[in-house]
Amino acid sequence: MTAAELALVKATQHGLPLVPRPYQALADDLGVDEAQVISLLRAMLADGRIRRIGAVPNHYAIGYSANAMSVWDVTDEAVDSLGPRVGALAFVTHCYRTGPTTCSPWSTAAAGTRPRARSRSSAPAWDAGCGEATCSTARASSRRPG
Amino acid sequence: MDELDRRIVNQLQGGFPLCERPFAEAARALGTDEDTLLARLRRLIETNALTRFGPLYDAERLGGAFSLCAMRVAPEDFERVAALVNAHPEVAHNYEREHRLNLWFVVATSCPSQIPILLKTIACETGYPVLNLPREEEYFVEMRLSA
Repeated sequence: MTAAELALVKATQHGLPLVPRPYQALADDLGVDEAQVISLLRAMLADGRIRRIGAVPNHYAIGYSANAMSVWDVTDEAVDSLGPRVGALAFVTHCYRTGPTTCSPWSTAAAGTRPRARSRSSAPAWDAGCGEATCSTARASSRRPG
Repeated sequence: MDELDRRIVNQLQGGFPLCERPFAEAARALGTDEDTLLARLRRLIETNALTRFGPLYDAERLGGAFSLCAMRVAPEDFERVAALVNAHPEVAHNYEREHRLNLWFVVATSCPSQIPILLKTIACETGYPVLNLPREEEYFVEMRLSA
């Protein structure tokens, strides 16, 4: 990463200036021109260093009061086909395969998901929706931010 | 939140224009104007409905690393351990959860080699082992709201 890119990441990690010409405002702060800011952002979007540019919602503030995280022990053969299917469920927000770990109760591979339910009663429906997968689950509901 | 706010939150999660007047262009697509969109975004951030508006960086592609971690903490010890974990600036999304493993959090560092050092530090400080569940593959990440 170049010095200019690093400076831009630091200047924007808490958001864009909410002014009519945000890229010009950033350029003024960084001592470059507006076109350079735009081309750096475009390049970082293209290579995936920026996932997206836009609104980052706070799910608690907009009414999503509960979330549950579930970790599944899935065989190595099944995990890469089940992962995208779990991810496709409407209430699932994150779905990953996580690494094997020496002290893990989940032996080889696990898909961790973090669905956000509008109310806590939605959580059992989520379990039922995944019921066709024949694997053990360890559902961990959030009680509160720690 | 009214109907325009919900459309802003849903439709402006990505694809923000890279041009001189991006808010004006985004406002046109939402059927509103630049001043209104800027005012709405300021208010959505002030009221905490949005945590921010701007680029969402991929920590790993920037050279950093993150990992999901879990601990099994005795209930009487929970507050002390949670406070020690939260004191590290690398810790985000720390939750008490209903499970044997009752404390779950994410750590993000600017360099992958810092993760094991950080987890060892947390284990030493708290007296509890830390289960490390690094991400191997991402299947899906997106938050969809019902408008």
